[in-house]
Parts: sequence; structure tokens; C-alpha cells
Amino acid sequence: MARLLLSRLFQVLLVMMAVTAVAFIIFRYVGDPVNIMSREDASVAEKAELRAALGLDAPVIVQFGRFVGRVAQGDLGNSFRNQRPVAGLIAERLPATLELVLVATLLALLVGIPLGVFCALKPHGWLSRSIQAVSLVGISTPTFVTGIVLILIFSVWLKWLPSFGRGDVVRLGWWTTGFLTTSGLRSLVLPSVTLALFQVTLIMRLVRAEMLDVLSSDYIRYARARGLPSGYIHRKLALKNALMPVITVTGLQIGALIAFAIVTETVFQWPGMGLLFIQAVSFVDLPVMAAYLLFVGAMFVTINMLVDVVYAIVDPRLRTAGK
Amino acid sequence: MAMVRMMGLAAAGLLAIAAGAAEAKTLRWSSQGDIATMDPYAHTESFTSNMHHHIYDPLVRRNKDLQIEPALATSWRIVEPNRWRFTLRQGVKFHNGNPFTADDVVASITRLIHPGARARGNLSNVTAAEKVDDFTVDFVLTGPYPLLLNDLSGIFIMNKAWLEANNAVVPGNTTTGVTTFASTNANGTGPFVLETYQPDNRTIMNVNPNWWDKPAHNLTRIEFRPIRSDAPRVAALLSGEIDMMAPAPLQDLARIGAADAFKVIEEPSLRLIFLGLNHRAELQGDPGKPNPMKDRRVRQALWHAVDLDTIQRRVMRGKSRNVGTMVAPPIPGYSADLDKPLAFNVDTAKKLLADAGYPNGFKTKLDCSNDRYIADEQTCVAIAAMWTRAGIQVDLKTQSRTTYFPLVDKGESDVYILGWATLPPMDGYSVASALLHSKTGSLGGNNPNGLSDPRLDDLTKRSAVELDEPKRRAMLTEALKIVRDEAYFIPLHQQPVAWAMKKSIEVPVFADEYVRLWFAQVN
Repeated sequence: MARLLLSRLFQVLLVMMAVTAVAFIIFRYVGDPVNIMSREDASVAEKAELRAALGLDAPVIVQFGRFVGRVAQGDLGNSFRNQRPVAGLIAERLPATLELVLVATLLALLVGIPLGVFCALKPHGWLSRSIQAVSLVGISTPTFVTGIVLILIFSVWLKWLPSFGRGDVVRLGWWTTGFLTTSGLRSLVLPSVTLALFQVTLIMRLVRAEMLDVLSSDYIRYARARGLPSGYIHRKLALKNALMPVITVTGLQIGALIAFAIVTETVFQWPGMGLLFIQAVSFVDLPVMAAYLLFVGAMFVTINMLVDVVYAIVDPRLRTAGK
Repeated sequence: MAMVRMMGLAAAGLLAIAAGAAEAKTLRWSSQGDIATMDPYAHTESFTSNMHHHIYDPLVRRNKDLQIEPALATSWRIVEPNRWRFTLRQGVKFHNGNPFTADDVVASITRLIHPGARARGNLSNVTAAEKVDDFTVDFVLTGPYPLLLNDLSGIFIMNKAWLEANNAVVPGNTTTGVTTFASTNANGTGPFVLETYQPDNRTIMNVNPNWWDKPAHNLTRIEFRPIRSDAPRVAALLSGEIDMMAPAPLQDLARIGAADAFKVIEEPSLRLIFLGLNHRAELQGDPGKPNPMKDRRVRQALWHAVDLDTIQRRVMRGKSRNVGTMVAPPIPGYSADLDKPLAFNVDTAKKLLADAGYPNGFKTKLDCSNDRYIADEQTCVAIAAMWTRAGIQVDLKTQSRTTYFPLVDKGESDVYILGWATLPPMDGYSVASALLHSKTGSLGGNNPNGLSDPRLDDLTKRSAVELDEPKRRAMLTEALKIVRDEAYFIPLHQQPVAWAMKKSIEVPVFADEYVRLWFAQVN
């Protein structure tokens, strides 16, 4: 186990270095922050001076070296846009994104698993078929369309739910939460549904496929032949085994959700990290972009690592193989 | 009896009025941008300045007609060509109760021209501010400079004692990584007091009951919520979550205006859109051959070949105004005689091209932004088609402003779209110094493609130090006349500025696109 963790940690470092290197290569093509930071009629000398002060006149490789050096010391630099430390900005936005992703994931699991099981148990019923058909819409509609349609229906026409923002939040230490106020909870509904929609469909289809697979396996047939109650067979024997891949996918999807939240957060002006990143891109705010990519990279590798560990715990065969 | 009843009604009416006056009048509004920092000297962004203007006062400000009027300074005179003396307003208090004196002005100007201040270019001609007495300050300049008041209308005055007490005397700066107390807090003398500043989330201000000026507004509270994308911002307005949006996207104006509870206000903006040209020896689009655009007839042909009316009707949805010069009507240097585009005529264009020796046209690049000006991409697509009809081979490329402007700056373009609003000074000199003067030293900063005309250089330099206003304006007009006669640029149109709000709200729309809520009425 320790060896597994160590080798994984080494991989994490490699991946992070690669992500940063790629990011720095891409940065050359996203534009010039000096132009955006300067007044419209700034003189050439003024711009050159700013460029030098920001260290942007150095070759990319030098800039990359400096960045890695600073990150190694725990310094992510300051935002070009609002001149605040990037680490602070990310810490400030993290709760909003994580709460949104948490709610969306729970929503996806709570709706997706029962629907999937239902569709697997009654594969030919009309209800299963219509759920399947509707789920196609869910999986093929882009998030921003879903978001805008939900806003149109529930905010503009019905005026039931707020169309943007996070509502009132309560501060718990450095964490801010929207779970404790009515307006915070109301604000969570539309964005989390939007974000969860794709996941619901994905999990539902996955559970259905796995369940069908398991239900047709020999040991289920034996169990049926033994005359075990069908509720016991479905829940204890079939579902538990069908859930293995769901754990993996959900874990990996949490990473994807945080990354995909960019679109949802933009549509709902959700003050999370996705919005921070989008704003950084349009301002060519290199320190924030670099830090965000670094963060997302770190998160993906960490989640992957955790999923491996959980796997090892859930499935004893993998544990022995690891040794 | 009837008399008594009438008196009773009148009394009730008076009570209602009194109650109405005390009632909270909150204006909730949204824009696509947000306040970058609360430190007025740590940025150069016009939207952030705009927001600061609600909290901080400058020495002089723009009135409802965008003319300069006294604010924290009540009068001024030029003592020597490079020394201006300002008399300050007495009895003004900062939001924390500190009195406003000459010390605050000196401390503010010193802080602004500090080498670490990002905004020091906004007052580049001032070398020092000197206290004469408690309510008199001298500004020392590098030389004669006619636009000092224009510059000062954007310089906000901070409180010396507050800066010192909060260890914020040195301005915040990206490059040194300095963030001060003033980056997230504010203490001005302005019409509103900052209550909450949460970047990218909300900014809340309350009315300043002790403001030195008589308020022309009736607000008690302003809630600002930035919403980046157009569609959600429109949705927030239509769903009643905000009362006003500025600006409102052009494509949604009809929809918002059609709704019962909302109205759309449109004004021509100060921003003029034009095409810049390559004036160097060769074109990027056709290297190795002499540049046809060096010939005035070719430049005029390009102008004649643009069907401005069609662009105005189809692309700009009838909201823009076609122009023939480079500054908007309210700007010093503007002349109505120059504001006439060359007539659209493909035959004239073809004839001019033939006269210049290009009967079969030539090859050129056309570069455009697609997210900077209103319908910039569509405008360029239309122009490319029109030029093709005149026989010119156009290689059109549109891209995001983040990559577009560096390309233009490096002079890697033949024809490029550019908008200029002469902000912040609101003066024709801004065009002359940035666009018309040859690129040398601090001048010609936005003239990347080799435009160099000794007459323009001379007029720019002389107008920069001319303190006689009519003479100075005549020089700027003369420069703009040369530009039109030579077709150095191809002016297209004046952008509209459109805001949308609830019908119960009165907010004047300004051509400089500034939101001035100290003129707002909520009914």
C-alpha cells in the first residue's frame, strides 16, 4: 500500500510539471496581459516598463523556471487583474464550487442510481423506455442551453428561483457556505440541477448496463434457483456488484464536474473557481490561469489516487495484487 | 365640510410624501465587468474608475453635459505656464469624519505619481503637488499643458490620515505584489459610502448623508452585481432581480423594450470605429511588392467601396451613426464639415484603383477583433465582401481581443479595426497623440503601421502646449482635416450605448458610457 501511494505521489509530481509546462506554452497564444492592463493610449515606454516589471520580457523557459521556483516555495503570485494573492482568490472561490459540485453529485447519485436500477429491472416497460429516451436529451444537451432554459422557465417566467449568484452566505472560518440560508439554498437549485443533469444520465445508464450484466450472471441465476427473495437478490447481490464501476466513474466525474463547472458558473454567475478562470482568460491573467490549471491538475491526480485506494479497500483481490 | 375633507386629504398627501422621502430607495444594477480593486491608483481600468467615482471625488468633475465643473476644487488659475493653483472646497468631510484639506491633495498626488502606482500615467505631466495653505494647492507640471483639468477629472482624492493609519501610503501594485488596506476598503468624500466589496460577487454602497454637494439623486442604497454573460444578465433584469443593466446587449434591446415593465435608453457613444491602414513599404498580405496603400487614391478607393449605410442598417441594426472623422461631436477638435464619409460608389472606387495603377485590385489582409466592439466581426465580414466587389482580394481574419491587439500593436496587419473614445481626457488631442503622430518616444503609441506625416507631427506637438483654447482646437481640427483629405484612416461609425432599466427608474445615459448614479431617480 505504501509503495502504491509513493509511486502515485511521484506520478502526481510529474503530471503537475507537465501540466504547468503545457500551460506556459499555451500562454504564449492567449494574448498579452500588458495590453489589457495598460490605458488605451499608453505609450510604448510605459508598456515596456510594465512588461519588464511583470517579468514577461524574459524567455518563456525562464518565466517557467521562475514560476516553478515560486510554486515550490508555496507562492502562487498575484493576480494581474485585481492584484490579490492568487492562493487567497482560489481559497475564496473554492467553497462555492465545492458546494455546487457536492450537491450536483448527490443529486446525480440519488436520482441516477434508482432510475438505473428501475430501467434494468423492467427493461421493456414503457416507463423505462421513456426514461431512456429522455435521458438521451439530457446527455446531448449542452450545459449552457440547459442553464439558460432553466433560467427562462424558473426565473423569468415563474419567478420562483434566483437566476444568478450564490445568495446570502454564512462564514465558517475561511469557508463560506450557502447551505445555512434560504436564499443560499434557493440559489443552489438551478445551477446544481444544470450541472447534475449530464451526470444523472451518465450514472443511470451506467447502473442500468451494469445491473443488466450482473442480473444475467450465473450466481444471480443460482440465487434465483435457490428461491431467495427477489428484493434481496437485487439489492444485496446485484446492485452491490454493479456499483463498483459507479464508484470509479463518480470519483472521476467529481473532477470533471469541478472542471465543467466553468460553463455552469458562467451562466449562473456562480462565484466559484470556474468563473474565476473564465475571467482570468478574458483578462489574460496569467498567474490565476496557471494556478487554476495547477489546481485542477492536482485535483484530478489526487482523485484518481483516492479512487485507486478505495478500490483496493472495496475489492480484496486488488489489494493482494498490489502487494 | 368639503373644506375640512379636502384639508384632511391634503394632510394625508403630505404624510405620504414625507413617508416616501424616508423610504429606502435601493438601486440594484449589473454590468459585465467588476471593480478590479478599490485602490484608485492601482489600476487603469475605466469601469473601475467609474465605480470609484461614487465613493471618491476628484478635484474637478464632469457635469450632466460632460463639461468640467468644480468638485473638491472650487477654482483654479495658471500662475506660471507650468504651475497651476487650485483653491479647495471648505467644510468637506471624508466618510470616516476626517476633514478634507490641502494635505490630502498633496498626499494623494504624491501617492499617485509614486513609481509603484499603476495609474501614474493618468497624470504624467505633473511632477509635484505643493501645499500653499490649508485650502490652496499648487500643481507643478513638466511644462505648459492644456489638459490638466481633463486629467484631474479622473484623479480621486484620498485621505492622508486614513492612508497613514492603515499603512497604505504606498500604492498597491501587481508587480511588487503589494496589496494594501486601500485595495479592499475605501474612504472618500463622494456621494456614496462603501459598505461591502466582494469581488465578482457584489458591491454595496449606502448614501453619504454628509456629502458636500446637494444630491440630484434620491437613492439610499446601491447594490451592484457583476454578471459576465449577456444572456443571464438580461434574464436577471427580466426576472426582476436587478433594476438596471448597463450596457444592454444590442441583440436584446427589442425584447427588453417590448416588455411592459422595462425601457431601453440609447445614446450615441463617444467611441468611433474606424479602419487603420498599413503605411509602410510593403503589405503583409502581399510581401515583396510596393504597398498600394501608400497612394492616396487607393486609400480613397477603399473608403468609397465601403457601403456604410448597409452596415448601419443591417449589422448595427440602425443603432449607429455613420461618420467621416475620428472624434465624436462633443469632443474638442470636432468639426461638422469633416464629419462626412466619402460616398459609397463601387465605380468611383474602381476608377481610383485603375488611376493608381491597380485596375485588377490588389491583395491585402484585414484583421478584426470579434469581442471588443459592437458587432465588430460582422462589420468586417461585410467590409470584406464589399471590397471584394470592388476587385480587392481580402484575407479576413477575426480573433479575440486578447490576441488581436498584440497583433495590431506589432504592426503585423494591413487593415485593422480600431475604436477610439478619446477617454479619459475626452479631447481630440488623444487621437492626435496616440494615433496620428509618428511612433516616437511617448507619442504615436497606437500608430503601429508607419503613418508619418510631418504636418500631423507638428500640429500634435504644438497643440500639446497651446494654452489658448480656440487656437488649440483649430490645430486639432486642422489635423483631422489632413487625415480626412489624405484618407489616412477609414472612419466607419459611432457606436451606440444602450442601457436597460425598469420603467420606474430615471438614469441619464452618458456618451462616455460612465454610469453616474448621483443623477439617478428611483420612483
